Amino acid sequence: MLRYLYASDLARFPRLARSMFTDRAEQFSRRLGWDVTVNAAGEERDQYDALNPLYVIWEGPDGAHGGSMRFLPTTGRTMVNEHFDFLNDGAPITSPFIWECTRFCLSPGADRRVAPALALGAGELMARFGLEHFVGVFDARMERIYRLMGLEPEVLGRSGEGRDAIGVGLWSMDAAAFAPTLAKVGVSRETSQGWLRYSLALGGAAPELAQAV
Amino acid sequence: MRARLEALLTSLQEADTLEAFQTATEDICDIFDVRHCVYHWVNSDGERFGAGTYSSAWVDRYLEMDYLRMDPVIFGCFQRFTPANWKDLDWSSKPARAMLEDAMTYGLGNQGYSIPLHGPQGQFALFTLNGEASDEDWARFVEENGRDLIVLAHEFNRKALEFEGAEGVVSPSLSPRELAAIRCLARGLSRAQAAAELGISEHTLRVYIESGRHKLGALNTTHAVARALSTGIIIV
Repeated sequence: MLRYLYASDLARFPRLARSMFTDRAEQFSRRLGWDVTVNAAGEERDQYDALNPLYVIWEGPDGAHGGSMRFLPTTGRTMVNEHFDFLNDGAPITSPFIWECTRFCLSPGADRRVAPALALGAGELMARFGLEHFVGVFDARMERIYRLMGLEPEVLGRSGEGRDAIGVGLWSMDAAAFAPTLAKVGVSRETSQGWLRYSLALGGAAPELAQAV
Repeated sequence: MRARLEALLTSLQEADTLEAFQTATEDICDIFDVRHCVYHWVNSDGERFGAGTYSSAWVDRYLEMDYLRMDPVIFGCFQRFTPANWKDLDWSSKPARAMLEDAMTYGLGNQGYSIPLHGPQGQFALFTLNGEASDEDWARFVEENGRDLIVLAHEFNRKALEFEGAEGVVSPSLSPRELAAIRCLARGLSRAQAAAELGISEHTLRVYIESGRHKLGALNTTHAVARALSTGIIIV
């Protein structure tokens, strides 16, 4: 199931949280070789994790992380505005209807439902909170995954070279993308909306709905 | 309604005294036909400030009962950035339900929608609408007006931060690309034409327009163009 958890909710999901941060270390540090910090516990965390971001996390049947992404509104501090300021002539991109999405991560053992489930989660956030755009940081593989999902990322700039280049750009999910994405995940729209509602209401306390999938 | 909201935003943005907050909350109740509107904030020094239409009897009662410690609206919004429909919050505890019933005896309606706001130095504020409606009607109300309410909430907060003396942080100036995008629209170009003229995609154009709209404190794109023209930041 998908969980929508603020950083402040993660303490109640120790296994899920720990496996998310270790999977991030595996993907961003070891596999992609990004210049990120991995702590003694083998977890990749950065300063934006300390700003109480909202994570969309796929939780497997064993309670472990299957994939995740991290959201912050551009009305506050964001990675894109602090590190990619060429995007807007050095001025911040800022609006409560534009959120930043970073740290798209798939666990090494993720099944093929996970990537579409994360796209679905982003789509539910857009629908629920009236969002118009995500601005995000991608690697080449993520760009491919986004394209496969029909999300058409638009890269506005890159830093680094070749295969290792990190792109920064925009993407969104329009209403037409819901049906095929739901089909790939194998859930109804009602279930998907229920995941969001329960997560945000209870900070992730186990909804009975979770068992239905 | 558009015109009234635009006028309300303008008077809020031009306000130089705190009374403007009170007037604005009363106007909002009138415009949206709801029982209450409240803007409440705590700054980085823990100082509180509030404006709104709750009765002073309810405010006193809230403090007397120390409801802050159990209020699901506070729990659902503090540290978060997503707006909350009260119905979706966790009212499972008995004290929380008792608080809501108590609130209703003091003239609050059974429904609410609260928008959390965060300033740069740990400042936190809540902008809340409260009304009496069925769940379906309230969900529809939020669906129809949520966007405008978020814009209003941010303008309350921008003004509050300005009173705190944080102008530079509060009103970032528009970037050359944001200005160029809005100038194209002011000249009557369609989005497709504007994007072509600026050599960017429509998606990118929309991001610059939206970011510019927010910085201008405008309700929508048309209003943003009007504000940019009337304040003289663009000349066509």
